[in-house]
Parts: sequence; structure tokens; C-alpha cells
Amino acid sequence: MKYETVIGLEVHVEMATESKIFCSCSAKFGAEQNEHVCPACAGMPGMLPIVNKKVVDLGMTAGMMLNCDINRVTTFDKKSYYYPDLPSSYQTTQWFAPICVNGLVEIETSKGKKGIRIKQIHMEEDAGKLVHDDWTDSTLVDFNRTSVPLIEIVSQPDLSSAEEVLAYLEKLRSLLRFAKVSDCRFEQGSMRCDVNLSVREAGSDKLGVRTEMKNMNSLSAIARAIEYETSRHIDALENGTEELVQETRRWDDIKGKSFAMRNKETAGDYRYFPDPNVMPVVIDDEWYNNIKETLPEFPEVKAKRYINELGLTEYDANMLTDSRALCDVFEAAYDKCKMAKEVANWIITDCMTILKKNQQTADMLNISGEALGDLITLVRDEKVSRANAKKILAVMFDEDINPEEYAKANGFIVSNDTGLMEEVIKKVIAADQNSVNAYKGGKEKALMALFGQCMRELKGNCNPQTLQKILIEMINNS
Amino acid sequence: MKLYITKSAAAAKNAVVLDDMILTKDMPTSAGSKMLDGYMSLFEAEVVTRLRDAGYDICGKANVGEICIDLLGETSYYGACIDNDEIKNASAELVKSGEVEFAINLDVNGAPRRAAALADLVYIKPTYGTVSRFGTIPAVCSGETVGVMAKTADKCKEALSKIAGHDDKDGTSLKDEDCKKVNVKSKDIKKVAVFKTDDISDEVKAKLDEKLELLKVSGVEVIELDTRILEKAQVAWNILMSAEVCNNVSKYDGIKYGYRTKNFSNIDELYTNSRSESFGYLLKSTILFGSETLSDDNYMKVYDKALRVRRVICEFMEKAFKDIDAIISPVCKKMAYTVSDIEKDTYIAYDESKFTAVASITGLPSVVAGGVELIGSAFTDASLLETAKVLAKEGK
Repeated sequence: MKYETVIGLEVHVEMATESKIFCSCSAKFGAEQNEHVCPACAGMPGMLPIVNKKVVDLGMTAGMMLNCDINRVTTFDKKSYYYPDLPSSYQTTQWFAPICVNGLVEIETSKGKKGIRIKQIHMEEDAGKLVHDDWTDSTLVDFNRTSVPLIEIVSQPDLSSAEEVLAYLEKLRSLLRFAKVSDCRFEQGSMRCDVNLSVREAGSDKLGVRTEMKNMNSLSAIARAIEYETSRHIDALENGTEELVQETRRWDDIKGKSFAMRNKETAGDYRYFPDPNVMPVVIDDEWYNNIKETLPEFPEVKAKRYINELGLTEYDANMLTDSRALCDVFEAAYDKCKMAKEVANWIITDCMTILKKNQQTADMLNISGEALGDLITLVRDEKVSRANAKKILAVMFDEDINPEEYAKANGFIVSNDTGLMEEVIKKVIAADQNSVNAYKGGKEKALMALFGQCMRELKGNCNPQTLQKILIEMINNS
Repeated sequence: MKLYITKSAAAAKNAVVLDDMILTKDMPTSAGSKMLDGYMSLFEAEVVTRLRDAGYDICGKANVGEICIDLLGETSYYGACIDNDEIKNASAELVKSGEVEFAINLDVNGAPRRAAALADLVYIKPTYGTVSRFGTIPAVCSGETVGVMAKTADKCKEALSKIAGHDDKDGTSLKDEDCKKVNVKSKDIKKVAVFKTDDISDEVKAKLDEKLELLKVSGVEVIELDTRILEKAQVAWNILMSAEVCNNVSKYDGIKYGYRTKNFSNIDELYTNSRSESFGYLLKSTILFGSETLSDDNYMKVYDKALRVRRVICEFMEKAFKDIDAIISPVCKKMAYTVSDIEKDTYIAYDESKFTAVASITGLPSVVAGGVELIGSAFTDASLLETAKVLAKEGK
């Protein structure tokens, strides 16, 4: 018999806001334990939640990037459950009127293009983190992550393989990073995913028994978990190895197996109800349009434009549109110097080399695009040599500089003073008569040695063609 | 009689007492519960800051019932205030004795209004959203309001003018210009409607008639109003109250602060025993009832319906106030409550919310004076206090 897998995903994404969703504590990753905590996010009585407007901005942005309808009146609800990482014993989330509904994301796999429907996107607060201390055999809780804003993106069960799931996650990541909703880093937990999976006879319209794997946080683990779970379901259906029950399972990536979680951990009546302390958020036309206007061009649209209008290769266009930061620098630099191919080269090779050396990702490129455009113009106009321009670029990663002023101040300006060149050549020829004789004897390489010495003396600040021309003339005349 | 939970030595003139639901940094706040016995807040309530800035001295905390959902304070972990077998309210006793200028109360389920009616004091429960709830122990956030209890309507007015105003720290706080409306008399109360029911004692009935007579003499027209709204409001309010209380006390789990049992071997026992050993009977019942109303099975049938009833009642009141200026009603069914009344009926607070529920569920301003309650449309607080002077025979 033939089977098909039916998968729906719930993707949690931590939003890139400065502060938490209902208080002014910092939402940044990587602080000392319990450094970012106040009476509100520690669940002390008497503090009232004040909605962070930026969270709604980003929620709306995410919805627009994923082609959702935006609920103009959106409300927050309380979800009750007891766990020590949840200090209020309720999580404030959106149950009745989530900010976005009915979206669509197009993915591309080896089988072609496919649309994945988004059921809804809702905003909510994250929980804290439990740390088990083996030394004292006790569990400690870190509230830094408590109330950090999240969006949960709930797909319809439109996915049918690990390949599609990965393509979908990559697509979400690209779109959300592009719109600066989140940095979407699996390794830091700013993107996590619950996988709902069932298996049925191919072509059937009835869904099989569904299992859920929670808090998956690596793409490769997700792929392995889906493969494993699919074959476990098929085995159960075909050979009756076990009875499938609707349950939450934990994926153990080291053992390569999923395990049923204790029923107690999963059975829950969350007793949702509207939070009376948070007034409904009303999104008027002005707010809606403001967000709409700040939306970035979609990455694939941008790539097409780079190819068709700016004449970039497909490779270059794809490299640049992988990251919003690269695109921002590229566009600003292009506006300044109008040399698309040159700018792309500088970013893809030179900038990326420096980023790699600093152990940074493309998203972290933080140089002035205008300055890069100016620098490229200086090279084109032969005012600064390419080698020296690379040195200036490295400085641009640390300081905000004007390339031309910096070049002038540091002796990087190419001089067309032929008198100076002649003086240096005279000195070099006199000191290295051997090379001169070798060149005259027909050894072309010897010329390069002499040329190199002259270039060094001039600190690279001369037009190489002019230098070479004068050098040959002077050797021939000597 | 345990009136004060904690008393501050600093109290001099302009002494004010706070319900033990209102957070202070220099005194514990325990909400009448063993769970929060000795709890020290890291911050103080907005009303406290405003009163201190205005030159008042906070002289201490008045005993309240656990989470303030009972009749008069009798469920306090620290014991009920009983005088000659009669249940008293701590705030009301302190105001009446003259020891304090006024009391600041959190009106969760009508206790301060009942207390003022029984002690013949004046109480204002202002329009919802005009006084910040920042720093009050949450119980029924959608309806509870910070209010003032004093001997006179003028004193209530004075205190209200100091505490009303917008607060950025409270998401339900109204715009400052709206908050300030509670200090300005906006209309003459010339026509009132009365809720007349049969389930009140003869003394209460006589008292109500006496007050109606006073109003008529001062030129106010009195008509009768459909009382069915009272039961509807009461049922809906009891549902909303239980659900919100259940949710709001869920944060008291013995993990972070508050009472923690010594008797546990795993996390579930830690939760269960800490709560079982520290919560009182009425609160436990409310938690169970509230939890049930919010369950998957009951949410639409019970809780959602209560929310819709709330809206209908708000619309009913809005319509009623097109024709009348205020509603007058009893506050309690009896003139006094004894220890045996409470023993006979553990849920007496659920029953007695009949007269306080309308103002609680709608958030409309309500003034108790001369043993009866006046309910007005939003922002008529100052106008109600003017009429309260007639009811309390002030200045006569």
C-alpha cells in the first residue's frame, strides 16, 4: 500500500525587539541569569501588562510578509498552566482574535512549486528557562526569557515531506529576517518548531492519528525526526507493531528516536479567557499603512530586479538577497557609484572575507553603503589603488569614515607625479643592476621584480600602467 | 478585633488607612491570606504614591477578607472583626472611630460598600479606569476599583481628587481628561429610579423608604425600575469573579514567594500542598468554581455567556440613564450580620452580591451614603456625591 505523510507546523519566532512584550525589561539574548527581570515578568502581584507597540508592529509585518489578513482589532488572552518556568502560572497569548489569519507561503522543492497555507499568526510571551543543578540536585529558574515577545506561525497541514518542511522553514526564515522581525536563529532558540504529523493511505481524505513533536530546534534534527516518525507510523499501520495514539512525543536526536511524553505533561485544559487588563489593540488605517510602507521588497523580487535591471548574475543576486543587510549595503553603494557588478564583487568577496575573519554572519554586515560606493568610485577613478582600497574597507568595519578623506590623511592617494616615479625608478635601477641586465637579456620576469620594488617604494600610490611605461622606457634608455 | 494588620509609627495628622490589598514597600501586604502573610512588595501602588505626594500619612493596613471577595472581611487569615457577635469591617471601624481621615479600599466584590452601608459611612466606588489599579493585589481585574471610605461625602471628594488621574502603568487607565471628570459635578440629580425587591429585611425596606422620602422632599422625582437586571448581573458577576480570581491567584504557587509547604516530595505536591495549606475555604471554592467555568466544556456555555450578559447590562444601563439621573438601591439584605449568619451560609458573599454586582459588572460609579447605594452613569461621581450629602443628611 502507498502512504502519504501529512504535516503541519507551529513555528515560534522570538521577535527582535529591544524590550519585553509587557514590561520594559531588555529582551536581549545572552545576559547573566536573572539580569533582565522585574516584578512584572517575575509574576509578582500588582504589576499590570502594558503592550509593547513594537511587538504589534512586528506581528503585523510578519503577517504582511506571509500574505496574511490582519485583524484590525486584536486581543490578548490568558492561558493557564502550572510550571515553574511560568511565574504567573498563565501565559498571555492570543487565542480568540490573533493578529494575522489566512496567509500563504510559496515554497520550491525538487518536485516544483507549492503553496503552504498559514492558518494564523499570534503574538505571545515566552516562558523562562529551567536549569538543573546536579551539584545540589535542585532546579533553578532563569527569568531572562520570560515575557520575551514571540510570534507563533501556525500552518495548515499542507506539508508532506521533510524536504518540504525544510523548504518552508528556510522560506519563513528568509522572509522574517528580511523584514527584521527576528534573527531566526535555531541555535539560540529564537526559532523553534513543533511538528504535527500523521500518515494516511495515499489519496485518502481522512487524516490519520496525529502525533506532535515539540520544541525542535535544528533543521537536521527536524528532518531526521520526520523520517523516523513517518516510518514508525507506517510500521504501525502496516505491521501493527504498536497502536498509534494522539500524543506529544519528545525527539531524542542522539538516540535517533522519539519517545512518548508522560501523559500528565501533555494533557491540558488551558482555560483560555480574555485578559481584562489588556485593552483590545485597534489597528487603524494610519498604523496599518505605516507598517505596509516599511515592508521590504521580497527577496525573490529583489533578486529578479538585480538580474534584469542591474545586470547581475543569478549567483550574485542570490548571494546578496540571502541577507537584508547585504541588500541594504548593496543598494546604498549602487546608488552612489552606479556600478552594480563592482559593488556585488566587493560585498560578496571582500566584505564576506572580513566578516568571516570576525566570525560574523552576513546579517551582521554593518558598514555604510554610501561609503562603500565612494570607495569603489575612488578605485574606478584610479585615485586609490585596489590594494589600498581593501585596507580602507577593513577600517570601515570599525569606524565611520569618509574614504576619500581617510585616503588623503593616510597617504593612500594615487599620485600621477611622473617626476616622483622617475626618481624612485632611478634609485631602484641603480640598486638592482642584475635585474635590469636580466630583463635586457630577455627575462620578462625580471621586469616584474623591478616593478614591485618601485610600487613598494611608492606605497602603491601610483597608476600601475604609467609606472610600467616609464620603467620600461628608463631601462631601455639606461 | 484585629483592625490593623500592620501599623506605621509615622502616622500623625492626615492619617489614611489602606486595605491590605494595596501594595506598599514599607509595610507587608497580605491580602488577608496565609499565602501572602508578611509579603513585602518591591514597589508601591500608584494611589499610595499620589496620597503621599499630597501630604497624607499612611498609618497602616486594614484587615480584609482573603483576596477581598467575602462579605465584610470575615475570611481573613488574621481573623474576623467581631463585636458582640456582629461581623464588622476593619476599614469602617477605623474611619468611624476617627482614627483615620479616610480609608482607601479595593472594591472587589462589594465589601467596602456593604461596610459603609452598615456603619453609616460614605463610600465612593469611582468610574472604572479613573483611579489606577497599579499596585493593587489583583482579584477581579475587569471590575474591581480603588475607592474611598470616609465619614462625609466631602471627604470622599477630597480624597478622590488626589488619586484620580491617568496612569501609564495601568493599561485600563482612561485618558487624564476623562479621569478628571470625576471631580466635577456634571449634572443635577433630579430623577432617580429605585430597585424595589422583596428579599430585603423590613428594616432595610424602611431605611430605603426613608431615603426616598428625603430625596422627594428635596425635589427629586422617584420612579421604579425593572429589578430582574439585579439577578442577571449577580449571576454573571459571580461567574466572571470566580474565573478571574481563579486565574489571578494561580501565581501563588509556593515557588517564588509566599507560603511554601514543608510537606512535599515533588513539584506537584509542592504546588498542591502549598495552596491547600494556605488558602481558606471560600477562596478554594471560588477557585474550583472559576476553574470549571473556564474549562473547554463550559467556556462558551458559561463564561462567554456571562461576558455577553455583561454587555447587555451595560446597554440596559446606558438606556436607563437617558431617562433617569441615577439609580437608588439597597446595599445589603440586612442591617447587620452575625457570626451565625456566616456559619449558616458559607457562600453568603455570592448571595449578597445581588445589590453590588450591577456597579461592579458595568464599572459605573457608585456611592453609598445613609445606608443606601446610588449608581450613576459614567463620570457622574461628583454629582452622586452631591446627592449623597442629602442621603447622609450632611451639613444639617
